[in-house]
Amino acid sequence: MSKQEKEPLFSAKNMKLLTAPFGQNNPITVQILGICSALAVTAKLKPAFVMALSVIVVTGFSSMIISLIRKGIPNRIRIIVQLVVVAALVILVDQVLKAFVYDVSKQLSVFVGLIITNCIIMGRIEAFALGNKPWPAFLDGVGNGMGYGMILIILGFFRELLGSGTLWGYPVLEKIGLYNIGYVNNGLMILPPMALICVGLIIWFQRSRNKNLIEK
Amino acid sequence: MNKNSNTYIIIYASVMVVIVAAVLSFASLSLKNIQEENVKIEKKGDILRSVGEGGEADQVADKNAYINEMYAKYIVDSYAVNVAGDKVDGVDAFALLSDLKAQYDKPEKERTLPVFVSKNDEGNISYVIPVWGAGLWGPVWGYIALADDWDTVDGVVFGHKSETPGLGAEIATPAFQAQFKGKKILQDGKVVAIKLQKGGAPDDDPYAVDAVSGGTLTSVGVENMLKDCLKDYDAFIQKQLSASSGTAANVVNQ
Repeated sequence: MSKQEKEPLFSAKNMKLLTAPFGQNNPITVQILGICSALAVTAKLKPAFVMALSVIVVTGFSSMIISLIRKGIPNRIRIIVQLVVVAALVILVDQVLKAFVYDVSKQLSVFVGLIITNCIIMGRIEAFALGNKPWPAFLDGVGNGMGYGMILIILGFFRELLGSGTLWGYPVLEKIGLYNIGYVNNGLMILPPMALICVGLIIWFQRSRNKNLIEK
Repeated sequence: MNKNSNTYIIIYASVMVVIVAAVLSFASLSLKNIQEENVKIEKKGDILRSVGEGGEADQVADKNAYINEMYAKYIVDSYAVNVAGDKVDGVDAFALLSDLKAQYDKPEKERTLPVFVSKNDEGNISYVIPVWGAGLWGPVWGYIALADDWDTVDGVVFGHKSETPGLGAEIATPAFQAQFKGKKILQDGKVVAIKLQKGGAPDDDPYAVDAVSGGTLTSVGVENMLKDCLKDYDAFIQKQLSASSGTAANVVNQ
């Protein structure tokens, strides 16, 4: 691994790959990728968290594997090879979820399978992994997965808290006695349209803080 | 080597597919047992919930062990019956659950349907009958627990594959299922099952509960499921009732 000796594993450049997706290059709020699964699985915090982890695993390893074999991939079947790698990883993740967190995998239902179609993954493979070494590609994949996961967890947090009055299944609002003074859960929060509005609010918040993101 | 030659592409694709297939089948085979166990545990948990037991499954550290223990404790018997009302020997009732649809796809006479018998801490017997039907978007299923008189509902549990969240999916909530408790399924000794009434059922109607508002088609699906599935148990219930009234009469005669 002489390549990596020239550059430390977590050099400034590599760290930037990992952290940029959190801020000004966030896949959901800036690149507007992966919205539909973000709307579907964030009614509760736990599925949102598991989904985030699954996507991080898939983005990270698919980028790394594609980068490892990038020199051998015949250009004409490039997309097919990428899809096979991504699909295989997604099936593995799905099988593992079914075996170890069965309840959550039932809630996520088809959306684990649909990670295959998540634009973030193909986007990162095409744009980054095909032209970079495995380690930076892995970091870029993980970074983008985490940027996606971060939004999922923020959404899951607010939607579960305001929509069901619980966090990770624990009845927070009931424990602090909010229902006794007449508070009622907002049923709209658990429906997908409200998730879209919440994403909108996050985008609004992010752009008001970072003027560079505002399109002319 | 020319990476764009057909030979290269075909060899590359074949090797890739073989490798991926090997990895996936290995994963599938090694995880299969755990996955099947999860499905069994879920069914056992549902049966237990329909008779109001095993409610702490989500709090305990080892859910599988807890459910297995509770199941062994409260489910005292299980058997299979046919539509003519006779018990069928040599059939594992629990194994029937894994493909209940197959039974309902058969002609009536060939169906073999499971019954589970539970006994709670006070010694009360309940009979749990699994039901299976079609909702709006996909299958719906459930377990209905009947008291010793084969008439009063002790509890129900419903599940669904893909009903609309907030509307049809409400059938899976405890609030909806609680309505069924204490309702009756027999009218003049015949199975009539339970109606899901749109606009709300009158409080004193023992044969109806409130339908899900905004989930009309799911409600219709659940209603049909109860009617169709319980109907198949009609003959069996009749036999049980006449047997028990027979013994009751004997007691009086003596």
